[in-house]
Amino acid sequence: MLLFIEQVLNGLQLGFMLFLLSAGLTLVFGVMNLINLAHGSFYMVGAYVAATVMQASGSFALAMLVALFTAGLCGFLVEVIVLRHLYKRDHLDQVLATFGLILFFNEGTRMIWGRQPLFMQVPELLSGSIEIFPGIPYPVYRLVIIVAGLLVAAGLYLLINHTRLGMRIRAGASNRSMIAALGVNIRWLYSLVFALGALLAGFAGVMAAPVFAVESGMGESILILTFVVIVIGGIGSVKGALLGALLVGLVDTLGRAFLPDLLQWMFVSSSANSIAASLSSMGIYLLMAVILAFKPRGLFPA
Amino acid sequence: MISKFVCSSVVALSVLMAAPVSAAVKIGMITTLTTKAGYLGEDIRDGFKLAIEQGGGKLGNVEVELMVEDDGRKPGKGRQIAERYIKSDKVKIMTGIVFSNVAMAVVPKVVKDDVFYISPNAGPSALAGKGCHENYFNAAWQNDNLHEVMGQYVTDAGFKSAYILAPNYPAGKDALAGFKRFYKGKVVGEVYTKLGQSDYAAELANLRSAKPDAVFFFLPGGMGINFLKQYSQAGLNKTTPVFGPAFSFDARILKAVGDAAVGVHNGSQWNFDLDNSANKQFVSAFKAKYGRMPTLYASQGYDTANLIGSALKATGGEPQNMAAFRKALEKADFDSVRGNFRFGNNHHPVQDLYVREVVKDSTGIHNKTVKKVFSSHQDAYAANCKL
Repeated sequence: MLLFIEQVLNGLQLGFMLFLLSAGLTLVFGVMNLINLAHGSFYMVGAYVAATVMQASGSFALAMLVALFTAGLCGFLVEVIVLRHLYKRDHLDQVLATFGLILFFNEGTRMIWGRQPLFMQVPELLSGSIEIFPGIPYPVYRLVIIVAGLLVAAGLYLLINHTRLGMRIRAGASNRSMIAALGVNIRWLYSLVFALGALLAGFAGVMAAPVFAVESGMGESILILTFVVIVIGGIGSVKGALLGALLVGLVDTLGRAFLPDLLQWMFVSSSANSIAASLSSMGIYLLMAVILAFKPRGLFPA
Repeated sequence: MISKFVCSSVVALSVLMAAPVSAAVKIGMITTLTTKAGYLGEDIRDGFKLAIEQGGGKLGNVEVELMVEDDGRKPGKGRQIAERYIKSDKVKIMTGIVFSNVAMAVVPKVVKDDVFYISPNAGPSALAGKGCHENYFNAAWQNDNLHEVMGQYVTDAGFKSAYILAPNYPAGKDALAGFKRFYKGKVVGEVYTKLGQSDYAAELANLRSAKPDAVFFFLPGGMGINFLKQYSQAGLNKTTPVFGPAFSFDARILKAVGDAAVGVHNGSQWNFDLDNSANKQFVSAFKAKYGRMPTLYASQGYDTANLIGSALKATGGEPQNMAAFRKALEKADFDSVRGNFRFGNNHHPVQDLYVREVVKDSTGIHNKTVKKVFSSHQDAYAANCKL
């Protein structure tokens, strides 16, 4: 039972990690109608910059600040230089261009930092573990990720629903030409939204750096999960991204944790192991298929 | 205008024709230089190049020309490069492949085309047993070896139960099979994770509740970095010791993992502190040239180059004389940085295998050789090879 609670916590934590990444992606898609495969690259930029600054200065706060700024700036530049010209083109062109950006960023990090994966330690204050239940220590840093995810969710809710900027973002999402006619500079609004998305991805990268390997191409391994999340949640909906991320995190973690034991009851041990491994990696895609069968536009269609 | 163009083309052509026909022996290297695993190929290449440079552009006193191409970890691309090497460059010696799946797409084909393939890394079991070939040599290890040595060591160290993990793909299954071949204790959990997985929280929680005496894992590259970081963040490194093959503990990975790796025991055929003169010379020359510590991959690239050099020397630089070249390779008449080295009947190494411990001292985090576990160890598939 304690193990089950611990695994649920693990699932929630993975879910919030995915939410940090998918919030920006779904925002960009919902408002700008742009498919951005290079979202994982901003995540990577955040992680690399944070690891470098942390190594040089030893300060996690400074690392966070510099990384957020760099990721946001990268996003802004990419929007102005490349993506601005693609809004009128169809999605396939956008996919092609942003796929090119992935290659560009991956090779760029290799040129700047080399092939050596970087090291980033957990900040002193957040290292170690606390006993959430007697005998079950849980790393503090993973709890911090959950809290960070909750804060970002709350922040985005306030921003989108209760500020003037949020109002414009919502208006831009529903009718681009009307809001432009009303005198809002839609170009800069888009740049801002895209930079915000990149900044969120960079934030996810900073949070992930002490837990995951900081290496060139780290964005792509998690990007696929992120796309599953926003498809399940309903493309463009931040609320959907939150729910989708938690669902994916829980299904993935609980599948990996309990399927092997479950299948042991039915099969001999050796085949149970490999069946469980295959089934648990299929779990989230099965979840996506089932949800799309009943709700073709996701849980919360925007 | 046209006549001018024709004139200059003729001049250009004649310059091309007049260029001295190089007598250098061509060596075709297909390796992985991009993707996350790019540093493996980089080290193999750099180790190989170091040997050529030390010979002044020659291996075994024979001039060589090294061609390097990146396979991007893709079997199809590796095969294309191999075909180009054979058809347009007339290469007779190939080497370099890092990954077993690429090797399986390339090696069986090229050795049939009368090309020698000398592997500096990948050693899939399919090429060591029934599928062995007279033109195929492996200068590194058979894939199972570095896991077998840990199985023996964990048994010897008296750990009664073990929890073992590997990614769900052929090399992962081979790894756990290799470990179990020599581990005599009880396996309390055998887990196959997703290839490329980054979060191991679920596995770690299960592992904790299974209460094993020891943990053995094979998670190459970034997966291993993720696992080790999370293992120590979960506080498990204080209660349950971790064991693994050298692949997750090379000099570059240790830098990325940091203190989380300290104390881990891992199995290898080589370490920078092995006490023989060839190795001392290699380690200091590599550090001087590239400004970083060599990994085991670099040592394998270096050994491969010197092995080829020994055969070139014996045959006067004529790999075309296949029987003589093959005989010379079989002798393995070179100073391996591993010390004891010879080929078994299946052209795979018969060598000593060591256990190393990750330690931290004033010079940083590195591997220290703890003990020799196997002397002149041969792989489990040699008996099935008809050579």
